[in-house]
Formats: sequence, structure tokens, C-alpha cells
Amino acid sequence: MPGLELAVSILNRALSAGTPLLLGTLGEIYTERAGIINLGIEGMMSVGAVSGFWMAARTGSPWMGLLAALLAGALLALLHAISTVWLRSNQIVSGLALTMLGLGFSGLFGKTLIGTTLTSRFQSIKLPLLSEIPLLGGSLFSQDPVFYLSLLIWLLVFLHYRHTRQGLRLKAIGDNPLAAETMCVPVNCYKLLAVVFGGAMAGLAGGYLSLVYIPAWIEGMTGGRGFIVIALTISSAWNPARAAPMAYLFSAVYVLQYSFLQNYLSPHFLLMLPYLATLAILTGSGKSGRFSAPVTLGMPYYRNSK
Amino acid sequence: MFRISFEKRYDRSRRLTLTIYLLSLILAILAASLIFPLRGVNPLTALQKILLSSFFSSYGLSETITKAIPLILISSGLCLAYRAKLWNIGSEGQLLAGCILATWTGLNASIMPSVLVLPLMFMAGMLGGALFGMLAAWLKHRFCMNEVISTLMLNYVAIEAVQYLIYGPWKGKTQWGFPYTDNFPVSATLGLIPGTRIHYLTLTLGLLFSALSYFLLSRTTFGFEIRLSGENQRAADRAGISPLKVSLLAMGLSGGLAGLAGTGELCGIHHHLTYPWAVSSGYGFTAIIVAWISGMNPLLCILSSIFFGGLLVGGDAVQISLGLPFAVVNVFNGVILFFLITGEFFLENRIFIRRGGNAGT
Repeated sequence: MPGLELAVSILNRALSAGTPLLLGTLGEIYTERAGIINLGIEGMMSVGAVSGFWMAARTGSPWMGLLAALLAGALLALLHAISTVWLRSNQIVSGLALTMLGLGFSGLFGKTLIGTTLTSRFQSIKLPLLSEIPLLGGSLFSQDPVFYLSLLIWLLVFLHYRHTRQGLRLKAIGDNPLAAETMCVPVNCYKLLAVVFGGAMAGLAGGYLSLVYIPAWIEGMTGGRGFIVIALTISSAWNPARAAPMAYLFSAVYVLQYSFLQNYLSPHFLLMLPYLATLAILTGSGKSGRFSAPVTLGMPYYRNSK
Repeated sequence: MFRISFEKRYDRSRRLTLTIYLLSLILAILAASLIFPLRGVNPLTALQKILLSSFFSSYGLSETITKAIPLILISSGLCLAYRAKLWNIGSEGQLLAGCILATWTGLNASIMPSVLVLPLMFMAGMLGGALFGMLAAWLKHRFCMNEVISTLMLNYVAIEAVQYLIYGPWKGKTQWGFPYTDNFPVSATLGLIPGTRIHYLTLTLGLLFSALSYFLLSRTTFGFEIRLSGENQRAADRAGISPLKVSLLAMGLSGGLAGLAGTGELCGIHHHLTYPWAVSSGYGFTAIIVAWISGMNPLLCILSSIFFGGLLVGGDAVQISLGLPFAVVNVFNGVILFFLITGEFFLENRIFIRRGGNAGT
């Protein structure tokens, strides 16, 4: 059954390639739900990848690396938070600055890391019994620990967004911050935390790339994934629940470029798909109901405006 | 205890604007220089190296101008879009879309008289960029699609389209297997100022279009329509200004100038279409900072473009002589942007620091 084996191997690789996309998208969904758009994902991811790899190489512990990646992403996002929430500057420009800064820093500090290899890496965990399931078990239940961690984060974020008061407030802040403020919600505090959370997730996504997906630091290794995350945020309709299926769907497309399809279709058309799909989804949605963006997305919020 | 409060500033004198802009620029350069000691390089040496290699040597200056050419074109176009509050961040894609049409024209140059080749290529390049820009404007009008997202996504569509062409149907037969198209005929190459890489025709076009954009914005009805729709959409609606017309024209011109810049790079420097990132070299993104730092004034864009062109050359220099990666330039660009938007805040708000506790503001 070569076709089936191929399908399983595509699934296996798609789950791995989808993990950084899922993490980044969850973060950006929260950021945008709070009404702030952050185009700096590529930069935060890149900084996460470099600092994660550096820490893991230094301490010999990939977990420490992952933590460093998370913190680095959050720290860079704090810059965006300060400039957009407090100084109310243009979010597009600030996000682009973040991308440039992140790519610059990672290129600068990653230069000495090129060619280094990690002494210890994440081992894939074979879940007992489940991994014995024929066909699917091998790919679904014997992945690296960060993959499971990302699923756990997905679940937690979904539950938090859907079933807690904070989640409800977050949505309210993106849609009508003034109303939220009237209800005594600390709007700017939420915005700040949401942006920082977005950065932490982007950093984690970068850490996954340099610690698990490629285990090395290569300049430019984020390869536009940060912008796919922005596309995914839209196509999951700013809904954390949809982030995972969308991320895995897109990563499957990404993985397919290396497969048999190459004989029929240029890989460059496949790589265009996520972006075209985003445009198509946005044309289909227009301003109508279920698919609408947070109402005040991208607008600065003045607390004392009357 | 101190209490800091803000108040919106309504008078914006030219002197204050200039002071704050220059101050943020200087502070940004100082702050960005702090990265050099982290890599064991004396910041003064590095800054000196950057300045000397980009402005104070004849070779450096010519390279600076070479890199400023596409920046002048793109940023002048961006000013038109940004004044209308259309956040076009797709210059990179529009440049490449222009390159695709220009290359097609260049590759078919043999069927036309040689004097027509360059004008046709430039027209094709402008058309390609303009169509790509107008696509985003149309999507915004028809589907209420945010132009930030659409232009961002279209960047990647253009990148993949170029990759497809250079690896696929347009792959040159005489390029030793490299993903380049065949070289353009001599009739499709631009003249250079001897001893430099300055393709003066594009430079002239850049200066011309920058002046035209300035004239368009400040002296024509259409420029007024652009500014009014940017500053007060409701007033523009009342005045019967068609938002579709404004956005199509502003985005079309903005994209068209990016396409022109791409064509200039092809005909002046590369002489064939190659890797998208080699052709565009990030000019599309750098031009965003240029337009921003110029306060969306196309004439000032000429000055800022030369400054950022110099920064790009300086980046090359520290890479070669100090062993630092080219990414240094990105740090500079990012820091400058952050300081500028912070400066913008001080420009828009008056800051009060009051002594004493509960000052009720």
C-alpha cells in the first residue's frame, strides 16, 4: 500500500510543520481580539528561534531553550505593546518595525550559532497503546513533546476564550473598548497582556522551528511563516477553535510541495495557496456576520475620549 | 509623587516637527549603535565605517545613489497612498508584478524596433505594478477587504509567481542551469554613468515622479481629494468624492511607481529576471520607512531615500570589513521606525509632568 504509507508520512510531516503555525496563530488571534494587529510575527518568531537555540546549546536542555524562546518573543512583543497601547502609534508601522528588528537581531546574534549542533534534543514520545494503533498511531501518537504541548495550549486557549469571563471581556475589548471600559474592564491592561501573550506564542513557534523542526539555526529559517500566521488568523475567523484545523490544513499544503504532486503542479502554485485562500475567504466573507474581524482592529484606543 | 498627563496638541509648528524628527533620528542611530559593542565592535568605528563607505567616498556615494533610485520611486508612490490613508504594504509585490510584465516585454524584444524596447518595458512594468495595486483597491471597495492584509498576501503571491517563472517556463537556456531568465537584448539595457552602477534614466524618472507626486498632492484637485479622503472620510463623502476613484488611482499610481522601480532594477542592473529577493532586495519595505520618515512628502522622499540608500551600503561595508552580518541594517531600520513613532507621539501630545499627588486629569 504505497499510497497509504505516503498519506501517513504526509500527515506525520504536516502535524510537525503545522505546530509552529498553530502556536503563532493562537497568539495572533488573542492579540487581534484585543483590537491590536501585530505584523511582527516573523520577527518575534525569528528571535524566538535564535534565543531558543542559543539557550539549548548553552544549557544542554531543550526545555530551557523553549523557555528562552517564549521569553524572547514576549519581550519583543512588549515593545509593540508599549508603542501601540500606551503611545497609540500606528500599529502597522510598529509591527513592521518589529519584524525588521527581530530579523536584524536574530541575524546578528545567530551568526555565531551557524553550524552549531545541539547535544540533546527533544525525543519523540510514543504514547503507550495509542501509538500501537495501525497507520495513524505512528504519526498522531508518537510525536515530540512540543507537539503535545501545542495541543494542550490550543485546548486551554479555546476553553479560556470560550468559557471564561476573561475570554468574553477580551472579545468585548476588540469590538467595543469603550463599552468594556464602562463595565470596569481594565482595557489597556488586557490589550497589553494579549499582545505579550501573542509574542510569547510566536517565540515558542520560533523555538519549535530551531529546536525540533530543523534542529539548527539558519538565517531566514522562519521563511515567511510569520505572514502565513497572519493569513491563518483571518482564515480561522479569529476563533481559537478553528486555529488547529486551519494550521494543519495549510501545513499539509506546504508539505505536499515535496511530494508526488510535484509532477503535476509546480510547487510554487502550492506555496501560493495559503495566501490566495486567505484572499478568497475574505472576499467570501465581506462584512457579513460570522466572519467579521474584531470591530476596532487596528484603531488606537483613547481612554478618556468622550 | 509625579503625575504625567497628556493633552492633544493642536498647533504643530514646522520647527517643532523638524526638531522632533531630527532628535528621534539621532537618538535612534545612537540606540541602534549599541548593538555593536555586543558583538565586540567599537560603535564609533562602526558608525565611521558606515558613513565613510556610504557618503564620503566616490564609489560609496555612487552606490548609495544606485540604491536610492528604487527607494525614491517607491516611496513617492507610497506617499500618494498613505495620504489617502490606504496602508499599502505591498510595494514588494507590486515591484515584482511590474518585473514580470517588463520581463515578458524584454524577452520578446526581438519582434519590435529597438528604440521602442525600453519605453515599452517601462510602460509594461508600470502597468504590472499598477494593476497589482489596483487589485487591492478594488478588493477593498468590492469586499471591504482591509488593504493591509490584501497587499501583504499579494506580496507572497507575486514572489511565488516570479519563482514559478524563473524555475519554469522562463528559465533561460544560456544560464548554466541557474534560475535566471535569458539575458535581455542590448536594446533593453539602460545606460550607466561611467564608473558607477547609476542607471541615470531611472534616476531621472525617480526625480521626475517625485516632483510630479508632490505637485499632484499639493496643487491639483485630485491631490485635494486624496488628502480629504485620508483626513476626513465623512467630509469626503459629503463632498461627493468617489472613494473608489481615489483608492484606485492612489493605489494604481503607488503600485505603478513600484513597478517602474522594478523595471529600472532589471534593465539597469540585473539584465534578466532572477530570484525575487535578489531583484527587490527589500526595497518595498524600506520604502515604507522612507515615506514615513518624510512625513509623506514626496520631495522629502528624495532626501530620505539617499539616507536609507547609504544605510544599505553601510550595511554591506560592515559586513565585508567588520564581519558583521547584513542584518545590522534591519536593526537600524527597526530602531529608527520605533523612535520615529515615539517622536510622533510627542508631536501629537503635549506632556505635562506635575508634582504632587492627585492631580485630577
